[in-house]
This record gives sequence, C-alpha cells and structure tokens, in this order.
Amino acid sequence: WCRTKKESIRLLKGLFSKNHSALLDWGARVVVSRSFADFTPQATFDIKKCDLHRLEEGPPVKAELTREQGLQYYRTMQTVRRMELKADQLYKQKIIRGFCHLYDGQEACAAGIEAAINPSDHLITAYRAHGYTYTRGVSVKEILAELTGRRGGVAKGKGGSMHMYAPHFYGGNGIVGAQVPLGAGIALACQYQGNNQVCVTLYGDGAANQGQLFESYNMAALWKLPCIFICENNKYGMGTSVERAAASTDYYKRGDFIPGLRVDGMDVLCVREAAQFAADHCRAGKGPIIMELQTYRYHGHSMSDPGVSYRTREEIQEVRSKSDPISMLKERMLSHNMASVEEFKEIDIEIRKQVEDATQFATSDPEPPLEELCNHIFSNNPLLEVRGTNPWSKLKSVS
Amino acid sequence: SAVAITGCACSRTKTQRRHAAHFTFQPDPVPSQYGPTQKMNLFQSITSALDNTLASDPTAVIFGEDVAFGGVFRCTVGLRDKYGKDRVFNTPLCEQGIVGFGIGVAVAGATAIAEIQFADYIFPAFDQIVNEAAKYRYRSGNMFDCGNLTIRAPWGCVGHGSLYHSQSPEAFFAHCPGLKVVIPRSPIQAKGLLLSCIADKNPCIFFEPKILYRAAVEQVPEDPYTIPLSQAEVLQEGSDVTLVAWGTQIHVLKEVASMAQEKLGVSCEVIDLQTILPWDIETVCKSVVKTGRLLISHEAPVTGGFASEISSTVQEECFLNLEAPISRVCGYDTPFPHIFEPFYIPDKWKCFEAIKKMINY
Repeated sequence: WCRTKKESIRLLKGLFSKNHSALLDWGARVVVSRSFADFTPQATFDIKKCDLHRLEEGPPVKAELTREQGLQYYRTMQTVRRMELKADQLYKQKIIRGFCHLYDGQEACAAGIEAAINPSDHLITAYRAHGYTYTRGVSVKEILAELTGRRGGVAKGKGGSMHMYAPHFYGGNGIVGAQVPLGAGIALACQYQGNNQVCVTLYGDGAANQGQLFESYNMAALWKLPCIFICENNKYGMGTSVERAAASTDYYKRGDFIPGLRVDGMDVLCVREAAQFAADHCRAGKGPIIMELQTYRYHGHSMSDPGVSYRTREEIQEVRSKSDPISMLKERMLSHNMASVEEFKEIDIEIRKQVEDATQFATSDPEPPLEELCNHIFSNNPLLEVRGTNPWSKLKSVS
Repeated sequence: SAVAITGCACSRTKTQRRHAAHFTFQPDPVPSQYGPTQKMNLFQSITSALDNTLASDPTAVIFGEDVAFGGVFRCTVGLRDKYGKDRVFNTPLCEQGIVGFGIGVAVAGATAIAEIQFADYIFPAFDQIVNEAAKYRYRSGNMFDCGNLTIRAPWGCVGHGSLYHSQSPEAFFAHCPGLKVVIPRSPIQAKGLLLSCIADKNPCIFFEPKILYRAAVEQVPEDPYTIPLSQAEVLQEGSDVTLVAWGTQIHVLKEVASMAQEKLGVSCEVIDLQTILPWDIETVCKSVVKTGRLLISHEAPVTGGFASEISSTVQEECFLNLEAPISRVCGYDTPFPHIFEPFYIPDKWKCFEAIKKMINY
C-alpha cells in the first residue's frame, strides 16, 4: 500500500463514483505507482556562472533544489503560463480589451525572484506585470477579472492590464521607465525605517535608455539604498532589437558605479541564486545592485503585435524548444527522479481547472458601478463633488 | 450603446459588443483648388505631407520611436526607403531626449519633425518643450529660435486606450506662450495644417486624433498645400447656438447639430477651432454675437481644459450678447478611465442635453 495521499483519495473517490474506470486504473496503477520514498528529496544542480561587474565574487554556481521547492516553482510558472495563454485567448475573443502585454517565456524571472525574497520585501515593475502580480500573492481569478474590467478585479476593474497592485507590490506602470525612480524611493523608505527590507525594481531593455533610470542609479548609489535594479532583457524593446536601441547592450554594466550581474533568466534556479545574492548584498548595507536577466518573450510586445515582423518564427521556436523555463525545470526534476510525469500532469490539470474557474468568474462578474468612475481621485473627507460633462451633472467622489 | 452595456452586463455570457466609435465620420467635399486628389485616410495624408516635405526641403529629418519601419500608426511608411536612413531614423526610448535633440536640430537650421509615440508619453519632454523650445526666441532676443521644430503625436480617445493611450493634453501646452498647438479634424485638414506647422517659424505641436487614423477617409490633394494657422473654420452656419470643438469632437458636434435641427428646430453654427494656440478669438466671438449661445466640447477633463479659456474670453468680449451661460461639455475630472470610457466621453447625447438647457434658459 505505497502510494501518495492524493492518489489514494482519487481512487477512493473513483470507487464511490459512478465512473468505474478508476477501478480499472487501479490495476494498472499498482504496477507503475511510485511512493514518496522513491523520489529524491533534494538534488544539487550546476547553473550558469553570472558575468560580474565591479564584483569580486558572484552567486554560487551550484543550486540546491528540494522536491517541494521544485514542484512549487513548477506550479508557479505553469500557472503564469496558463494564465497568460488564457488572457491571449480572451483578448482574441474581445472579452479583454485595451492593452495586454503577456509574460509567457519569462516566467522563470518572476518565480525565481519571488523564491529569493520575502513577502515583506517590495517589488515594482513595468507593464508586463501579470506574472509578478501572481507571484506577489494575487489570485488568478482577480487578475483575469481585472483584465476583463470587472468589480472582482484586483484594482476594482479600474486599472486593467497595466495597473494591478497588491501589498508590497507597486504595480503595474504604463509609462516606460517611470517606475524606476519610484523603486529607488521605496528603497529609501526601507532604509529609513530600518526594516531590513529591499525593493526589487524591474524594467526592460527599452526602458534602460530612459534618462530617469540614470538619475535613480545616482541617487541609489549615493545614499546606498537597498534597491535591486533588475533589467529584464528580452532582446526587443517593442519591435526594436537591443543592438539598434542601445549603444551598450551590457545592461548589467549600465549602472557604471553600481555593481552588476548578468544572469540566465530562463533558468529559475539561476535567477533565484542571483536574486538571493543581490538581496544579501543590499541587506548588508552595501548599496544598490543591478541584475540583468537574459530572457525571452514568446508573444509580441502586446496583443496588437504579432511578434514576427522583427524576429523569425525559427528564433521563437528555438528558444521554446531549447530554453523554455518550465520544460527545463521539469526535465531536471525528472532526470534526477525528483518527481513523476504523472505528478506534473496532475499539477497541469489542477492549474487548468483553476484558470478555467477564474475565467468563468472573470466573464460573469458584473462591471464596476458607475459611481466608481469618480471614486478615489483625491483622498477627501467629506464627499467631493466632481464636475462632469455638463455643469449640472456632478458625480460624487468617495475616498 | 452606453445603456446597452450596463443593461446586460450581469447576465452576459457571450462577448460584449461595443460600437466602434461614438460618431460617424463624414468626409468633407473634395477640394478643387489644390490639384489632383487621391483617396487617403488620416495616416496616409500625414505620410503624404511628410513625403512632400522631405522632397522639397533637403534639411528635413523625421525621427522618433519606430518611425523607420513606418511607425506604429503607419504614418511614416515608405519614407525611409525613399529618402534614406539618415533622414528618417529611430531614436531610443527617451521622449525627453527626442524633443531635446529635436530642438538642437532645429536651432542649427534643419527642419526637425519629431514624433512622440502617444501624446500620453509627451510628459517627460514637457520641460524641454515648455522651458527650452517655447522660450528660445524670446530669451535670445531673436538671435536663435527653434521654429524649425514640429512635434507630432497621436491624441485623443480611441475606444480602448485607457489611462495612457487616450489623453488630450492640449490644455497643458496652451498655457505656454511661444508654442503653437494644432489639431486637425480630417485628412484634408491634417495635411494642410501639418505642412503649415512645418513651414511656420515657431515650434509647433501637432496632435493627430488616433481614432481617425483609419476611420477618416477623404479625397486629399497629392501636391503640397497649406491651411492657415490660427484661423478657425465655420463648418456650418447657424443662428441659434454656436458649437466649438476640435479634432474628433467636431464629428460628434456635427451629429449634434443635425439632431438639434431635427428634434428641436435649433439652427447650430459649428466651428472647428483647428489651432488651439494662438486661437482665433475673432471668429468665435463674431459667431457668439450672432447666436448668443456657446457650447464648447472636448474630451479632456473640464477643469482647466481649453474650453475654460474660450469661455472666459468670450464672456469678456460678448457679455451682453449672451442669452445663456456658456456650456462646456467635457470629460469628467478623473484620469481617463479603462472600463468607464463610454460614460466618460462627452458624447452627442450629453451635448444635445446641454443645447436643450441653453435654449430653455
């Protein structure tokens, strides 16, 4: 009687259900089932060495992974992947409108960073934010409802794709590069309050050429702010490849006087080790650090971009087959006997159901009421009257 | 359409339908005085204007984000192939840099046409525009100027743009002496006004209504021609109410005018302001003296929107001629909403209601 608890419950359910195929499975299962005791609980993997800038030593070149961690990272990345693909589908059905920037291909970045920081640390990113919204604790249901503009959405349906927020997650920012000085400010607050927290400030390879980033680097370095600047380099700023936009594509060196790391962003373990290293650096009071995550997005810049006019389908296919973050983790775990194919399949099925349920909610939840149009403009007490399209039509704003 | 959305939202299982636009575009009559014409939509008329400019002015350069392959709205398609990559080129993602660089190009004597990808992104460049471009001639006692600079940006609501792809920032720039701000309503106007802006010896900001890029199709002259700046155009004469707007909103007001005529027997005079700064005070005031009532409409929020400037000036000049308070039908004082757009915009029913109130005052 060696089988996982989950399998047992399922089989028992099968016994009592009208569907007797579970019973037939039973016989087959006894032969191939594996027990907990069979799986390797922990393994060490070699990871790519990071390129360093103004650092004597970098993150370790070996990463330890436990079975639980592996399954958790897999679950996180697969959920983000399925959620983004579902958003793609809903957008094409015109249930989601407006702008929608999808994160599939880059899941290892979000999962790896979250694994290395604490929930009490802070994170701010740009508009390709659905992955981070999830890793920072918002449910798939609330994310999809926000995309469809319903009242159950994380920002009450008022923000949409680019403006999702959660405790210690500051969005979701539409204007390119504008979030970086904000991140430096959050880091200042952490330093000032002495709470040993760090702020992870993300931006892309396009934003790396914005002036306000360099202003932020200067302030962060001058005042030794606990800020981890992370450039998610997915090789294209909208449709412009990095070579055509930047005089120097070594984004981890662009901070000049700030130490930097270049990390393989498709390997969740690499990202985790590097983020851990960076967080330790900041918490030790050594000031800011820059990480460049070399990653790739499968979709175009946004849903209105097919994504193939500035890069070839072969390139996308190559990355998908050789460096897909989810496949890489799965293969590692399977090859080291840390989990079974069935387990992964089960997780996939659960996630699929979770996303389906969330979609159901997102499409059936009502839209926010008209009164919400004017709420939360200012913080005001008493009620503020907001002038509207005609002199006699005013709406009330509560906040 | 606005009512339909709220009515059925709860029980909706199939896809929501939204009307594509809150107005129908009516093309202007074909102009005969500028030579042979060709069917063009708004972005094609812009391309034609830029093509004419690059052909006639050897110093002209076009730059901005993604303009090389044709631009995200196809306004610069074919120009790089035709005129070379040193005349039509991409900049990195840095609006402040684009405008600052453009000012430098213009001061040195070349004709600079800078594109800001969306008017919502113009704010990092606000300092350069207001503090550098606008004041160059004044502060140097006419020794230097950046009159060769024209900044183009897509502007206005588009149905699904939400906070950062729908803004109408003309009021921010109207507050800055030294700049010219121009907004066309259609392809014929766009080409003529853009060519005037480029020729004008002052830094100009040219906002292009993005919702009209494909929707507005007219017969546009192929040869270059200019439409004078700071001259408002009376599109339709009337005797009871003056309606003033610019850009997309003109098409809404044209529909309002026919609704008012049909349902209320009210004759409306529709004026397209075209140039926001410096604006044609005379045409508007002459019209208000005739009709006694004024309605101004724009998508931007009502407080501090350009309608407030028009309203204030008109009441100064035509106080005794006014039969009713001047009506401003504008956007709410909120950030441009995501899901609430149909409620936010000053659509034709809101304008119609305002006319009714003015007539019955």
